[in-house]
Amino acid sequence: MTYKILAKRNLAHKMTMFEVDAPEIAAKAKPGQFLIVIARTGSERIPLTICDFDAQKGTVTFAFHEVGKSTKELATFAEGDVLLNVTGPLGNPSEIGCFGRVLCVGGGIMVAPLLLQVKAMKAAGNEVTTVLGCRSGEFLFMKKEAMALSDEVLVASDDGTAGETGMDFLRDLLACKMFDRCVVMGPVLMMRSVCEITRPFNIPTVVTLTPIMIDGMGMCGVCRVTVNGKMLFGCVDGPEFDGHQTNFDELVKRQRTMLPEERLSSIMWESGGGCKCERK
Amino acid sequence: MPKRRPEERVKNFDEVALGYTEEMAVEEARRCLQCKNPQCRKGCPVEVPIPQFIDCIVKGNYAEGIATIKSKNALPAVCGRVCPQEEQCQKMCIKGKKGDPISIGRLERYLADWEGRNGGQVPERVPSTGKKVAVIGAGPGGLTAAADLVKMGHDVTLFEALHVAGGVLSYGIPEFRLPKDIVKREVEYVQSLGVDLRLGNLIGRIHNIPELFAMGYDAMFICSGAGLPQWTGCPGENLGGIYSANEFLIRVNLMKAYSFPTEDTPIRIGKHVVVIGGGNVAIDCARISMRLGATVCLNYRRSRNELPARREEIENAEEEGLMCKFLSAPVEFYGDERGWVRSMRCTCMELTEPDESGRQSVQPIACSDFEIPADTVIIAIGQTPNPIIQRTTEGLRTNPRNGTIVVDADGRTNLEGVYAGGDVSTGAATVISAMGAGKRAARSIHEYLMNGTARGDGSFTGK
Ligand SMILES: Cc1cc2nc3c(=O)[nH]c(=O)nc-3n(C[C@H](O)[C@H](O)[C@H](O)COP(=O)(O)OP(=O)(O)OC[C@H]3O[C@@H](n4cnc5c(N)ncnc54)[C@H](O)[C@@H]3O)c2cc1C
Ligand SMILES: Cc1cc2nc3c(=O)[nH]c(=O)nc-3n(C[C@H](O)[C@H](O)[C@H](O)COP(=O)(O)OP(=O)(O)OC[C@H]3O[C@@H](n4cnc5c(N)ncnc54)[C@H](O)[C@@H]3O)c2cc1C
Ligand code: SF4
Ligand code: SF4
Ligand code: FES
Repeated sequence: MTYKILAKRNLAHKMTMFEVDAPEIAAKAKPGQFLIVIARTGSERIPLTICDFDAQKGTVTFAFHEVGKSTKELATFAEGDVLLNVTGPLGNPSEIGCFGRVLCVGGGIMVAPLLLQVKAMKAAGNEVTTVLGCRSGEFLFMKKEAMALSDEVLVASDDGTAGETGMDFLRDLLACKMFDRCVVMGPVLMMRSVCEITRPFNIPTVVTLTPIMIDGMGMCGVCRVTVNGKMLFGCVDGPEFDGHQTNFDELVKRQRTMLPEERLSSIMWESGGGCKCERK
Repeated sequence: MPKRRPEERVKNFDEVALGYTEEMAVEEARRCLQCKNPQCRKGCPVEVPIPQFIDCIVKGNYAEGIATIKSKNALPAVCGRVCPQEEQCQKMCIKGKKGDPISIGRLERYLADWEGRNGGQVPERVPSTGKKVAVIGAGPGGLTAAADLVKMGHDVTLFEALHVAGGVLSYGIPEFRLPKDIVKREVEYVQSLGVDLRLGNLIGRIHNIPELFAMGYDAMFICSGAGLPQWTGCPGENLGGIYSANEFLIRVNLMKAYSFPTEDTPIRIGKHVVVIGGGNVAIDCARISMRLGATVCLNYRRSRNELPARREEIENAEEEGLMCKFLSAPVEFYGDERGWVRSMRCTCMELTEPDESGRQSVQPIACSDFEIPADTVIIAIGQTPNPIIQRTTEGLRTNPRNGTIVVDADGRTNLEGVYAGGDVSTGAATVISAMGAGKRAARSIHEYLMNGTARGDGSFTGK
């Protein structure tokens, strides 16, 4: 297995998409599942959601946002480079069915994998409204793809430079239109606010949780989350959970447990002091 | 055997036990009586021809000695280090009746290390039988089965979920007890025999058991270990700074977090580490924590006499500064405003009268709670089998109590052509027992493939 990067695409500032040669994974992948990407010997195991797969071509696609050392380093890989390992597909596939009218809300980099769900939901016969969330207009990407896949596309940005300002407009949308299901993928705080908006309307809301992970296969327990009062593992019980039952406060705290170390690592990388001896 | 001094070794991850010199090895080997009916061998789960290899040391025939061991044990450098010899081969040694038994494990290690320095030999490949076997899990059990099966002429693929082979040898047992170079060498040996190792393949997700049959495998051996952490269930367990033993070990051993930030995966450790548990895993976590600069207190709910960890390791840990609090169990964990653990409440326990089996149980003493500072807690109270394969293989019989795969003495599961062994069928045990299971399963798989009716049509039906 080589895990060669066949295509690299820049989605927006610090947001990159890779299409990687991985025929066995491509043959088994389903929407909602994720990969663990290991760039080189000594790298972290980075969990990234599958954005697309092509069993015929034998490729899988994933997208990532440069937030820390590992993702910054990954972004330095070019077309033709080979990754040490890609493990997957991991986690449970999304529940795809004919629900009726589905609202798919994406935020930041997670818009890319959300579109795979949009595609699957549409193919299952749903009427799909897609919301593309971004920090500001310059971070908006894949709008064309979204329009081709969905019945309706709405845009929202944190600062109002593209489309609606924030996600509050969803309240008005839900008040005048009935939805049978809501799928949310994005930063934790955004997923939490969308869940608070859908809760009074009793719309089943599925969120993709991104706790810190290491093995991604149920061995370490670092990905534990509390859903409906129960301790569950993000990697084997998820990554999708009922957003109305998720303890987001705990998730936010657990995501931040290694913050000082992550900062150190990132600063060292930026300043060129990180270990690059074996790069690639 | 020479060991590095505690003050020095607690500062780094270098191996603690230094191993015999040639003179020491020969001197120890000479003590062996070369028994006609060697009891030692009966104590070894893989039946290493012990007196024969010891005789080779006496005669200076090291290459022959290591070949003798390898006829039965594919991983001697590992076993010589981590086998609980005092419970196995050495317990049965006749010399132990009066005085000290022969240090069989150390002699085994001596030969294995000799080979490591001098380069080993790879046996010739036997003609292919044309049968394909999938071995799932590259821990000691899977490596052994794969090595044996390929030596019998079968075409073997070894699927490993992690990006490194070795199982617990790589991610669990720390560097200072089992250097990872040694594990790597043993894995390379197994590959050199012709085993096709596929890393990053989580069976159950990428292929499941019926799909493997459809892909043309004639039999499979599941050796996926017991890697699912158990929890105390106490409030506050999800606070930051509370690690399962596995998370802690994976970060430190597999991802080498002790070299952070040279290596990318971090570990955060405080000043007051509390390790909950009393087995080998707990002791390893404690000794790692001390090497990372913390003061460590082991919290065990029974008394010192019941500590399940190996004596030798407990002594090593205490020399390095481990403190122990016996008859104490956690009740609740308290955190600071950022969600990081700050202290924990424990309760005192007392031993009850022994039951029919002679084992004493424990019960909490009323109103005996006390609070201790803890800015890192490691929970090492046991592991149960990894459940993914069991969940994705319809009809595979498991024990409802603990999730282990049910097998017979030859490692057969209830499904035809599917074998299992090691920690996944026994619960957390030892390296050598997993290897023993790998050997037995390889033998019965061979038997099945050569004499039984191997299914060639790709169908999959439970018996
Ligand atoms: C199941 C799953 C699927 C994911 N899918 C994607 C994806 O498709 N695209 C993508 O860009 N990212 C995804 N993530 C998040 C991604 O794994 C992290 O951003 C990445 O591991 C950060 O590594 P780093 O070393 O670059 O940054 P770090 O130095 O580890 O962290 C930098 C910053 O990111 C935050 N962070 C760290 N880990 C996570 C995490 N798991 N989730 C969210 N924030 C985190 C930290 O708190 C910190 O502020 C996913 C995570 C999980 C668990
Ligand atoms: C910290 C620690 C210290 C120990 N110390 C000692 C000691 O000193 N002496 C001793 O004798 N024993 C010791 N043990 C116990 C011993 O290591 C285990 O009993 C032994 O490793 C079990 O071997 P195994 O092959 O059954 O499983 P494992 O070693 O657990 O290997 C299983 C492998 O299967 C892989 N796997 C799991 N699921 C899948 C899947 N679905 N698909 C593909 N691969 C999969 C895992 O990633 C793993 O690599 C210790 C254990 C620990 C945790
Ligand atoms: S494998 Fe273990 S039990 Fe067997 S002889 Fe070697 S040290 Fe003793
Ligand atoms: S029992 Fe002891 S003395 Fe006898 S052969 Fe075995 S190791 Fe040597
Ligand atoms: S990431 Fe280790 S158990 Fe989920």
